[in-house]
Amino acid sequence: MTTLTKEADVPAPREVDGKDAFLSVRDLYVHFDTEDGTVKAVDGLSFDVERGRTLGIVGESGSGKSVTNLSILGLHNPRTTSVSGKILLDGQELTGAREKTLETLRGNKMAMIFQDALTALSPYYTIGRQIAEPYRKHMGVSKREAHLRAVEMLDKVGIPNARTRVNDYPHQFSGGMRQRAMIAMALVCNPDLLIADEPTTALDVTVQAQILDLLKDLQQEFGSAIIFITHDLGVIANVADDILVMYGGRAVERGTVTEVLRSPQHPYTWGLLSSMPRLTGDVNEELTPIHGTPPSLLSPPPGCAFHPRCGFADEVAGTSCATDRPLLPAGRGAACHLTAEQRRTLFNEQIKPRLS
Amino acid sequence: MSDDLTLAGRSGAEPPRSRPARTGEPLLRAENLTKHFPIMGGFPFKRKVGEVQAVSGIDLDVHPGESFGLVGESGCGKSTTGRLLTRLLEPTDGKITYAGRDITHAGRKELAPIRSEIQMIFQDPYSSLNPRQTVGAIIGGPMEVNRINPPGGREKRIRELLETVGLNPEHYNRFPHEFSGGQRQRIGVARALALEPKLIVADEPVSALDVSIQAQVVNLLQKVQREMGIAFVFIAHDLAIVRHFSERVAVMYLGKVVEVGDREAIYNRPRHPYTHALLSAVPEAVLTEDTGGRGEAKERIRLAGDVPSPINPPSGCRFRTRCWKAQDKCATTEPPLVQIAGNTAGHLTACHFPEDPTTAARGEDIVMDKALREMEDAAPADDTAKTA
Repeated sequence: MTTLTKEADVPAPREVDGKDAFLSVRDLYVHFDTEDGTVKAVDGLSFDVERGRTLGIVGESGSGKSVTNLSILGLHNPRTTSVSGKILLDGQELTGAREKTLETLRGNKMAMIFQDALTALSPYYTIGRQIAEPYRKHMGVSKREAHLRAVEMLDKVGIPNARTRVNDYPHQFSGGMRQRAMIAMALVCNPDLLIADEPTTALDVTVQAQILDLLKDLQQEFGSAIIFITHDLGVIANVADDILVMYGGRAVERGTVTEVLRSPQHPYTWGLLSSMPRLTGDVNEELTPIHGTPPSLLSPPPGCAFHPRCGFADEVAGTSCATDRPLLPAGRGAACHLTAEQRRTLFNEQIKPRLS
Repeated sequence: MSDDLTLAGRSGAEPPRSRPARTGEPLLRAENLTKHFPIMGGFPFKRKVGEVQAVSGIDLDVHPGESFGLVGESGCGKSTTGRLLTRLLEPTDGKITYAGRDITHAGRKELAPIRSEIQMIFQDPYSSLNPRQTVGAIIGGPMEVNRINPPGGREKRIRELLETVGLNPEHYNRFPHEFSGGQRQRIGVARALALEPKLIVADEPVSALDVSIQAQVVNLLQKVQREMGIAFVFIAHDLAIVRHFSERVAVMYLGKVVEVGDREAIYNRPRHPYTHALLSAVPEAVLTEDTGGRGEAKERIRLAGDVPSPINPPSGCRFRTRCWKAQDKCATTEPPLVQIAGNTAGHLTACHFPEDPTTAARGEDIVMDKALREMEDAAPADDTAKTA
């Protein structure tokens, strides 16, 4: 059941610094009803994305990062999913919007790049036809014009011999080329919002580097807002302007890329950063993994979802970690019961030496 | 299920990473190792219409107790190499010697005693464990096959192994589906350790795991490697993990080893253009202090396109189709894997026109990709403007 949120008569929420947020998500809840109970895939999430900027969402599998973005596009089955909260795209409410409305937006104003290009592309139609389809539908142009547009887009994303390759089927493309074709398909109508869900995870590193640079350059040209979902902090450091760290269906830390990577505040972010080996790190230094396993979303831990794995829960006075859910402040901040002072000291004394 | 997955029984004093010099006989030696898979086709009678040259003549030495890394992109033949070394596949050509014995075409009987000394850890912790067997049966399987009865009984040994890999010995009778991905991979490690092998080939052992779990398994493998003195062939596509784990690293491209050397040589003084490209493509979550943003003081090389097909690899040097230094010679003569001038001993490179031994940023980026080049020419220096 889709929970309809009443259109409140307050104006769309504004960014703290006064700039217009192009996409703003407020208190988003996405729950799935299953035989085992309700899966709380996204549990109260708020964020904003501005035009021309890239928001990187980092998290492990099951942290709710993909579910969030599928609900922006309205791609969940309304029978089994309950979505509540506000998703405002350029002032337009998307939660509970009619399918017709969403159809005019998808592929046009907002588009998505999926992880696995081979399953996301239809094996039955040529690449060209699949790229041209949204263009024909949304722009109302002729088949011929749409075909030319498909060639132009393939050329733009760097497919050699675009004029002939446009008539190929997806299986005739290599992995990197398929991902390029998907990017061409997503960008064909100049969307204002582009959601890239792990677009490079299945690719080799040299190809990944090409695709990441391509996305950055295309953003310069088209000025789209990009939401970039990944589990790789290295990729995020390369493409994002802002970072949202998710854990157990909630956002645990938010800030600009420099803030989060230079002076991360949440113990989970610390854990992620210190569990990754680096190309320049000390090889004799052991990696510092995060203990335990990610939480089950059927029965997430009470209080802070990270507290069973957190190495610093003892530093917090009382039992608030296990009972109270920490709030993520607006703007730069982390959802943690440690005081700002404690976090600064802990990071400087214990975490920072490990990262250098 | 919410067991603490920290390493059990971690010894307090960490032994320093000093290895005896690699002298004497290698444990495993591969010479001109080749594997070509036939492609069958035609009608009505299938015949060989071509072949996939998965591995085309590589030479490797693995010394006792050493951790040897094998990196490369998908399709470069690193997994096939791993399977050849464990003799799960029979080489088309070349020679594999294990502890002085030629096992290239050894049959099942001949291999039996060696199989217990060379073990494998697989990539996918879901498909590599039999769902119908208990953990005890899975780990005890190798002992049963080899009719090994350790003192105190198999069960005691299995419980010890479970403890070594950081699992609860009480989970002896559980089934694989009751464990998470990281825990399953630990079961795979325990199974590989059951026969006290001398060599373990680990084929992408952590790439299927979540980021926060990867470090747990890497630490476990490292502990096993150091404390038990087991030689490891660590196959992975993640350069940072290979660097962390391996003392010596070989870089593969399209069925060939293009560069091999000590960790330090490969990561700090690479000579092959492909190694340069690979290292420069790794995204790192490090923002350097001086630039105040992304734009690290690291070279930036962007290759064009993907790895060519191993069915019909380029002539001469296989990297030449994507290389920025390629000349006519590269197409005609295949560069031998040798120690080129300026390299330390044991650092071999297969290139006619090697790069400078540094990974520092060069005056100008190398951008081979057409689309990228066009866009960057149109809007120069956009990166700096964006971060500011």
